[in-house]
Amino acid sequence: MGFKVKVEFLGGLDVISNKVREHSLKVPLEEGEATVKDLIELITKSIIADPKDIPVFIEDDTVRPGILVLINDTDWELEGMEEYVLESGDVFTFTSTLHGG
Amino acid sequence: MAETNSREEELLRRIQELELENEVLKKKVAEVEYDAKYPKIDENFCLDEYKRYGRQMIVPEFGSLKSQIKLKNSSILVVGAGGLGCPALLYLSAAGIGKIGIVDDDIVDISNLHRQVLHTTDSIGMFKCDSAKKYICKLNPHVIVKTYPVRLHNDNAFDIVNDYDIVLDCTDTPAIRYLINDVSVLCRKTIVSGSGLKSDGQLSILNFNNEGPCYRCFYPKPPSAESITTCSDGGVIGPCIGLLGVSMAVETIKVLTGFYTKDNFKPFLSMYTGYPQQSFRVFKMRGRSDKCSVCGSFPTVSKEAILNNEIDYVAFCGKVDSNVLTPEDRITVQQFSDIVTRQSKAPVLLDVRTKEQFQIAKLPNSINIEWDPTFKKLESLDKYLPEDFDKDTDPVFVVCRYGNDSQLATRKMKQELDFKNAKDIIGGLNKWSDIVNPKFPKY
Repeated sequence: MGFKVKVEFLGGLDVISNKVREHSLKVPLEEGEATVKDLIELITKSIIADPKDIPVFIEDDTVRPGILVLINDTDWELEGMEEYVLESGDVFTFTSTLHGG
Repeated sequence: MAETNSREEELLRRIQELELENEVLKKKVAEVEYDAKYPKIDENFCLDEYKRYGRQMIVPEFGSLKSQIKLKNSSILVVGAGGLGCPALLYLSAAGIGKIGIVDDDIVDISNLHRQVLHTTDSIGMFKCDSAKKYICKLNPHVIVKTYPVRLHNDNAFDIVNDYDIVLDCTDTPAIRYLINDVSVLCRKTIVSGSGLKSDGQLSILNFNNEGPCYRCFYPKPPSAESITTCSDGGVIGPCIGLLGVSMAVETIKVLTGFYTKDNFKPFLSMYTGYPQQSFRVFKMRGRSDKCSVCGSFPTVSKEAILNNEIDYVAFCGKVDSNVLTPEDRITVQQFSDIVTRQSKAPVLLDVRTKEQFQIAKLPNSINIEWDPTFKKLESLDKYLPEDFDKDTDPVFVVCRYGNDSQLATRKMKQELDFKNAKDIIGGLNKWSDIVNPKFPKY
């Protein structure tokens, strides 16, 4: 049971995962049963190295403002956001918005 | 006495009039000289311009002479003449944009020069917009440059933005990015938006043709102020931010020459990563949001609301208050220096800057514990302190670069870690360099 997806943190967001940008994540559910909501929970449990960093990623039960979420290089707004159903091999990219110039 | 005063006033007024007249005449002379030097051979260009722009005109994607004429008849507003603005301005002025406006109220500092490539060592102290203009005028005499040595704010933004065809957002804080977005949407201007930090960057086209998504569609809620890192705190690699500025110039040319159309334009956000392997990823983005507070169906952000300051951008984006300590928990750099000289044993000094900053310069005997991400999460400092250190009596001093993180660290030591005698050094090592030891390098 279970399948693998890729999770990556860009734009400095890798601070929450010991500076590791790319993760291969095993989702312990059947394909077709897991949504992005499950994925986010899984990330906070198994990728974020220190629980004190969870607020850097999550605010009010969802991904914090200032973080863009891409599913296979497409804005998650176009893919159903938290309701999107995960498929094996999907790439989930989380990137901080940058402001410097 | 009264007579002398009025006589002086009269003379001053006369001098001002003459200066104004002189300026107008100088401008006329310059125009006559320009026309004599570069006689037009048709209604648009002189021979010099055909030769100057030839190499770009013959590229099929560019669109030949008609695209060059479009550039000549275009005007762009560049907000921010820094790490993004300089390279964007450099290429866009060279490419032959007719009129360029530059907004920046900042002055050139030596710490800008590694990335802000229009400014040179001898322009330190000048307004950035004037320094940029000086370079551009030498590079391309066919471009008209107008400078605005002001900060863009609610009162002046509409007047400035209205005079241009498109806006390049080359600024560095969320508050001004929202202001530029709102004003540009309300003035019906396309925005080419870039940003960057450290070795990463992002690029997008907003409000394209008054149909594409705007900044608020992408980011309806601003990020918390604590999560924002500036170039001065986080650092920035010159060519990385430069690459973003240059990419903004490419997108600007595509917009102005009409390469993008209503049909082929798809909302995007490009993400540049400098390390470990350089890459540009293009993300497909959402379209315009019907619920958007400025470009949606029921907008709450209007010209009136901005002009009467109902929209307070600084309040909207929040501000970090780092002055968290009472005066008794803080000492001046001079007081700290006196303690060091008076005591035979060196006092315990914690330096909470990043290790990279610590490696550039440090005070003798200081112990480095990075505030972020280490110190802020520690539950004990024992492993960093001398074995015989007594939290109840022994003094410990905390320093950083400017005296902000050191306050947060001192507060944590007092409130969470039970240090009775922890003191923050006001103004940090920057102040130390100003007051105590001018040879301590600022960076």
